[in-house]
Amino acid sequence: MLTKRIIPCLDIKNGRTVKGINFEGLRDAGDPVELGKLYSQQGADELVFLDITATNDKRKPLSDLVKKIAANINIPFTVGGGIRSIEDADVLLQAGADKISVNSAAVRNPELINELANNFGSQFVVVAIDAKLYEGKWKVHLNGGRIPTEFNLLDWAKECEERGAGEILFTSMNHDGTKQGFENVMLEKLSEVLSIPIIASGGAGSMEHFYEVFAKGKADAGLAASIFHFKEIEILDLKRYLKAKGIPIRI
Amino acid sequence: MKIAIIDYNAGNVQSVKFALERLGINGLLTNKKEEIQTADKVIFPGVGEANSTMKHLQKLGLNQVIPNLKQPVLGICLGMQLMCSHSEENDTPCLNIIPQQVVRFRPKSNEVKVPHVGWNNIEVKNDTWISSNLSDEYVYFVHSYFVEVGEYTVATTDYVQPFSAALQKDNFYATQFHPEKSGSVGEQILNDFLKIKK
Repeated sequence: MLTKRIIPCLDIKNGRTVKGINFEGLRDAGDPVELGKLYSQQGADELVFLDITATNDKRKPLSDLVKKIAANINIPFTVGGGIRSIEDADVLLQAGADKISVNSAAVRNPELINELANNFGSQFVVVAIDAKLYEGKWKVHLNGGRIPTEFNLLDWAKECEERGAGEILFTSMNHDGTKQGFENVMLEKLSEVLSIPIIASGGAGSMEHFYEVFAKGKADAGLAASIFHFKEIEILDLKRYLKAKGIPIRI
Repeated sequence: MKIAIIDYNAGNVQSVKFALERLGINGLLTNKKEEIQTADKVIFPGVGEANSTMKHLQKLGLNQVIPNLKQPVLGICLGMQLMCSHSEENDTPCLNIIPQQVVRFRPKSNEVKVPHVGWNNIEVKNDTWISSNLSDEYVYFVHSYFVEVGEYTVATTDYVQPFSAALQKDNFYATQFHPEKSGSVGEQILNDFLKIKK
């Protein structure tokens, strides 16, 4: 049976993991490769590396990092952050990335999704969507949520699928960082509308939240960052809990 | 042992090379006929779309080379599908090494997603090239088309319906899943292939 995926997300800045991460038994907790490896040993199903380096010229350092990740980690991983063109994506593919995620660049230039899917296949293309609910409408936001657009979440997600996205990574900005649970109502709607897998992000604070995102939100994967980094939840404990609750999980 | 990994513009071939390196083997990424023909073993990876990938193979003349290889050959994902007779994906005639059809998943409801992405368990038949103790273990899949269960099926997985997770015909071996991305289980399966004697 196909299992639900648990995906830790690692923010990378200038080649190092950010956010105060304190892990015993890790020689260098700031090293994304070491941390990714640890997560994979603990049972993570996939990893997402998000490059939040502010400088424009991050292509070369990012591809060097991707090479190291690909050489050391034996589960699938996605790389995102500032990918704007076929060339950007190709460099990461050549370095060994399994998938790339595009966000703002796809909203600004939707044709990018078609180009990426046609060149590399849909399985390579994750479209990340940050959206916020206000005045009763879910609006897509750009640049890490700073810039609102007129794009409606459901319409944009559907368009992404039609243009060739392989998966949708949906972050609810209303829930992100709150630790109050995922946006399960919207996730379920997305699941009804889309036929491609959905990765849920934003709001994970407890093991129960993951149960709800799979049971109620119908998500295919649950993504979180700080609860894993700060060891508030251990991946193996989470997976055992979910399995005991009847969610299909790989242990 | 000389392992050739066929490099023909079909996605993440680097990851196969890295996976071999983790097993202590230096694979050679190549699209040169001579290097492929003289290798002890050949890995035929691939992700992407069937029709354009077949065209790449034809451009390189590899559509003539691969079916005639005599050493063990491992097709992975799209590599496995291209070893079959025909793919429904853009109505593509394939290499016709294994007489099977590649067809698309057609779930009855939107609740079942296509592509089939993620970790699913395999049921391994007795006495095949994949260690039988790996039955019921999880491996990583990402595909929208599949090979039906048939005479050459050596492992099955259930998604929408049971399909071929692995095949073998003569010296041609294949997995629909990605052993290079399937953690320690995948490493064991790559090792199973590497251990095959000619």
